[in-house]
Amino acid sequence: MTAPTTSAAFPASAARERRPILEIRDLVVDYGYGEDRVHALRGVNLTLHEGEVLGLAGESGCGKSTLVYAATRLLAPPGYISAGEVLFHPEGGGEPIDVLRQDERSLRAARWQDTAIVFQGAMNSLNPVYRIGRQLTDTIAAHRPEMTRPEREERARELLSMVGIAPNRISSFPHQLSGGMRQRVMIAMALALEPRVLIMDEPTTALDVVMQRQILEQIMELRDRLGFAVVFITHDVSLLIEIADRIAIMYAGEIVEDAPAQDVYRRPRHPYSDGLLHSFPPLRGPRRELAGIPGSPPDLAHLPSGCPFRDRCAFAWDACAAIPPRLVPPAVPGDSPGRLVACLRHDPQAVRYGGFEPLPAPDRLAL
Amino acid sequence: MSDEAPRNPGRPAAPASAPVLAAVGLTKHFPVRGLRSKGVVHAVDGVDLELHSGRVLALVGESGSGKSTVARLLARLYTQTDGQVLLHGERVTARKGRAFRAYCRRAQMIFQDPFASLNPVHTVRYVLTRSVRIHRPTLRGAALEAELRALLDRVQLNPDRFIDKFPHELSGGQRQRVAIARALAADPEVLLADEPISMLDVSIRIGILNLLKDLRDRLGIAILYITHDIASARYFADRTHVMYAGRTVETGDSESVTQQPAHPYTQLLVRSAPDAENLGAPAHTGARGEPPNMVNPPAGCRFNPRCPFATELCRTQNPPLLDIGADRTVACWGYAARVPGALDGVPADAPARADLPDLRAAAAPVRRGAPEVAR
Repeated sequence: MTAPTTSAAFPASAARERRPILEIRDLVVDYGYGEDRVHALRGVNLTLHEGEVLGLAGESGCGKSTLVYAATRLLAPPGYISAGEVLFHPEGGGEPIDVLRQDERSLRAARWQDTAIVFQGAMNSLNPVYRIGRQLTDTIAAHRPEMTRPEREERARELLSMVGIAPNRISSFPHQLSGGMRQRVMIAMALALEPRVLIMDEPTTALDVVMQRQILEQIMELRDRLGFAVVFITHDVSLLIEIADRIAIMYAGEIVEDAPAQDVYRRPRHPYSDGLLHSFPPLRGPRRELAGIPGSPPDLAHLPSGCPFRDRCAFAWDACAAIPPRLVPPAVPGDSPGRLVACLRHDPQAVRYGGFEPLPAPDRLAL
Repeated sequence: MSDEAPRNPGRPAAPASAPVLAAVGLTKHFPVRGLRSKGVVHAVDGVDLELHSGRVLALVGESGSGKSTVARLLARLYTQTDGQVLLHGERVTARKGRAFRAYCRRAQMIFQDPFASLNPVHTVRYVLTRSVRIHRPTLRGAALEAELRALLDRVQLNPDRFIDKFPHELSGGQRQRVAIARALAADPEVLLADEPISMLDVSIRIGILNLLKDLRDRLGIAILYITHDIASARYFADRTHVMYAGRTVETGDSESVTQQPAHPYTQLLVRSAPDAENLGAPAHTGARGEPPNMVNPPAGCRFNPRCPFATELCRTQNPPLLDIGADRTVACWGYAARVPGALDGVPADAPARADLPDLRAAAAPVRRGAPEVAR
């Protein structure tokens, strides 16, 4: 539980061994039951490695929050996990645990300890009638019953100063703190048990850019010091490119591209990623005319056949209506290993198998 | 989508013309409710701005900086505490009734949340008909129908598909287009757009901005674009005003304000904005502190508690907007040494008079007497 030893074990460099810590396999989540159910996630595969910052990007309703709530079993009805597994690799090796099949007691013990979440609108997640010190120590008391009250309070103070809040604010009520400070308290609370995975669901969306920047710098600094892995969910791709090691872009309940952050920015392979990158006006560099993406995201209850993006895609052809694309390595020689994209332009094999003539990846998706 | 839309090459109305709508020393203080409190929230203090036809002015600032209050004051949804709103140089005093409606016809507002600004029980047809009938009561029958279709066409929605839809059947971007069509029904001279894209999905935001750009060019509407995203101001607006804690801290053309920010707050804002080019090592921005309490704003420059350059002068005297040339102004004492007459407003016996902050390398160039750059 002491910070110095852990900080030595996790150097801040990117040359860390890529050991998986959380593996999501073929996860299917539906909302509702029977005929009218909506497939919010349709077979998602994603791996989080130790110490990595994984960015999850996509528009509202694409399933990015559903993915992490399902993977932590926090999904409330009518959300229903109908298939898949979520493997958590315990510290120091050993058999991975399937979180979806874990019994309630061990799940309860593992939550917060292994995986902690900072929720969307975390500013309103604090209980307004308790002092923040009590809310911080509650967590510690539940998971570390052997600690005495002064020890817990000492730890709470330590956590507060870790996120840049004066330890004497421990006896403040949430309403006495500003939005940015409340957000920091939430982060401190998530880090109370030194989790190995920290999931952040749009943690800075409600904040101003300056405050957002302060919080991000803090998170990155803590990550370097404590070595936890981060899943960072946001719709702001430019932010992700800056902070994430790897980015998974989601569209209509599927991951459409999974690649190192720099590659997504410099050489996007999926037409949706390309469109998303051209939806943010740049602050620096040449001023250019942007087009955004035509149309709007599909209704998950009435998805088109084949590729869900085809209605908005400039490179779609008849095969896209017939064959649902799968995640494959892009058909561009020399791409980073482990890069995946779900686009038929990169999957001639599937196109041929479906009885169509494959088309090559367009130039702008094969840089 | 609208990048292919026909563009009128010749922009109507030269910017040198008189402003359509102007604010002079606009001030709004809200009383603090409560039994014992006598305080006021200094939401907006002495803001000047000019909206020219066929031009977009962006108002950038964080939440609580008073930018939305400015829009509501200009729309006459609030009455100002002090200062004036001028429409074509004439003072606007309309508050309600006929005068208010006559004013509304000329200055229309677009709200942030298209999910809240359209009545869920009415169809698009009803929403637009109401607006047309209020502002142009003589239109009836076929002429009215043709006008509805023209409005939907203008916001790039297919009339046959959308005219009988309810708001819940539309996506966020489509709803915002309907809200824009409703504003256009009055055939306004000014559009006051209060964060028109911040509630929309990222992939369709640019589409709405391009639509507004197109309306600006084709109809020569003056647009006030309120945003917290300085990058979108650079993309969309001709001029940008940066607000901090109820005051304007910097004005200028959008390109220079974003590329060579002069005020320390604008610099902080630009540094803090997410930037994909900033790969690998996110440089520490030195972002610190929080926006001030607006009931008791700090004396002097309101940014002084967060400013790395603040001196005693900044803590005691409010800097006026200093003209730093090339059509730019900045409210920062750091430029006073190079702007003649900058210290005229400071009492001669003020001890801090000579204690000017030194922005060093952060200072933007001052182009005194330089030829006027075309806006």
